[in-house]
Amino acid sequence: MTQSNQQQSSANKISLYLMFIVLIVLGLSIVTLFSAVYAYYILDEAIVAGFLIIIGAFALTLSGVVLYQTRRNAATLKNDAPKMMTIIECKNCGTKTTREFQRGDFVFKELDVCQKCSEQKQMITGVYKEIKETGKIYAI
Amino acid sequence: MTLIPISDAITLLVSNAPIYTNQLGGDGGWTSYIGLFSMALFFVMIFYGQRIQSRMMIRDVESSLHKLRFIKDEGRKTAIETLKEAGKPTVDISSRVDRCLDYFTIGPQSMDPAGIVAKLDHILEVRDQRLLDEVRLMAPQCDDVQLHNMENTLEAAMALTYLYKVVRHYYIQGKKTMSLYVIMQLQMVLPLVMKEAEAFSAALTAFSFGQPIGDSVGPLIAGKLMHGYEAHKVYKDCVVATVPFEGRTALVMKAEGPGGNVGKPGDAIEAVIEENEGKIAMLVMIDAGLKLEGETVGDIAEGVGSAIGGPGVDAFKIEEKLVKYKIPINAVIIKEDIGDAVAPMRKEIHDAADKAIERVRELVLERTKEGDTILIFGVGNSIGIGQ
Repeated sequence: MTQSNQQQSSANKISLYLMFIVLIVLGLSIVTLFSAVYAYYILDEAIVAGFLIIIGAFALTLSGVVLYQTRRNAATLKNDAPKMMTIIECKNCGTKTTREFQRGDFVFKELDVCQKCSEQKQMITGVYKEIKETGKIYAI
Repeated sequence: MTLIPISDAITLLVSNAPIYTNQLGGDGGWTSYIGLFSMALFFVMIFYGQRIQSRMMIRDVESSLHKLRFIKDEGRKTAIETLKEAGKPTVDISSRVDRCLDYFTIGPQSMDPAGIVAKLDHILEVRDQRLLDEVRLMAPQCDDVQLHNMENTLEAAMALTYLYKVVRHYYIQGKKTMSLYVIMQLQMVLPLVMKEAEAFSAALTAFSFGQPIGDSVGPLIAGKLMHGYEAHKVYKDCVVATVPFEGRTALVMKAEGPGGNVGKPGDAIEAVIEENEGKIAMLVMIDAGLKLEGETVGDIAEGVGSAIGGPGVDAFKIEEKLVKYKIPINAVIIKEDIGDAVAPMRKEIHDAADKAIERVRELVLERTKEGDTILIFGVGNSIGIGQ
């Protein structure tokens, strides 16, 4: 087992512990909701049933939110490399192509002769990553 | 029996509370237990509230610390793998990398501040040289470009190790003392620390692959201006090219690329100004600038002053020379987030380069006369940017 796997598993241990608590709360909330139904139909206690429904629904929502947050945190733990793009241009005919970055690419690096005009060497004019803004936008 | 909505049930409960209290067993029923429980909870909170809050904060810090350790270890792994892949060492370099990750720099004594810039400059130079030598020893097969990239990779891994150790220190201290204030301070700065750590983590990939980062936008602009003209080396890892620009002569400078390198802009500008006997009509510095929340990545702003980061040695040297020859200094900055500055270059920043060139053109046309000599410096790390 590599060191990074060990780290990942130790990070997962925390979420397992949390998951255990969340599952208990989830189970209790379901029991509460069943009790509410029981109190309403069998015991004919509308108010007690109302109480139980509120408590059950609150616990259910809370455990759902915590579960969602934990999953989101676990997802951010992955160290994904962004997709890098390289722009290649021919200064003679103006052909512009974009391809995925390859090791050794750098801006102003001269490549093979342009296949379209066969007159001038192509050149890398840009290397960038394209990302989508995922955060909330506060328009003020 | 019919179903009633919850809202109606609550209204019914509030309006008929005494009746239900009696139905459920009066004062001795479960409502009394709830009252008793609330009272107990109130007293528990009075005495243990802060402790509970501290524990919750510690758990929060702990989860961030786990993430930080994961990022740090990934950084170490990347550094070792990159060094092994490019440098083809004959011995195991893991222990040497670990030694480098704990590398520190002691700043000069500032009790008597006179001459402190020269001392700091010397220490930084020794540090850079030492790190470069270490990389050269660990990766003997690397060429110059790769060597600088490896050095940058190692520096990013060092930054991650340092961040992790500092956070761990305060976490353990907080846990030992159970002081709410120690833990609270740590928890408050943690989002910013994590953002920085994530940025360095992204930087590791960029450095190991030799990809341009957000900070490379200055050299990218300078490179676009000087491309096609002969560039020659000036002081320590900087290049200069003489470029005809709107009827003026522009001396365009940047750190030498495509290896990860920031050069010594202070010394390089000093050397070029002296070479031209101070006959420079204007100095334009182009750099990546920190954006405030709400501003857009890739926005361009103009101002005056030396646009250069770092410990201040380069800015000091530039300002000294500018004052000596009374050279006006203008700055053009490309706005970006702290995370974008060290992460691989975003498209918005790349696209901003052409707009920034237009701003420089306008600036030069408005502020100088035809035939003048101007100095344009693209400040930043030249990783992935040639000339």
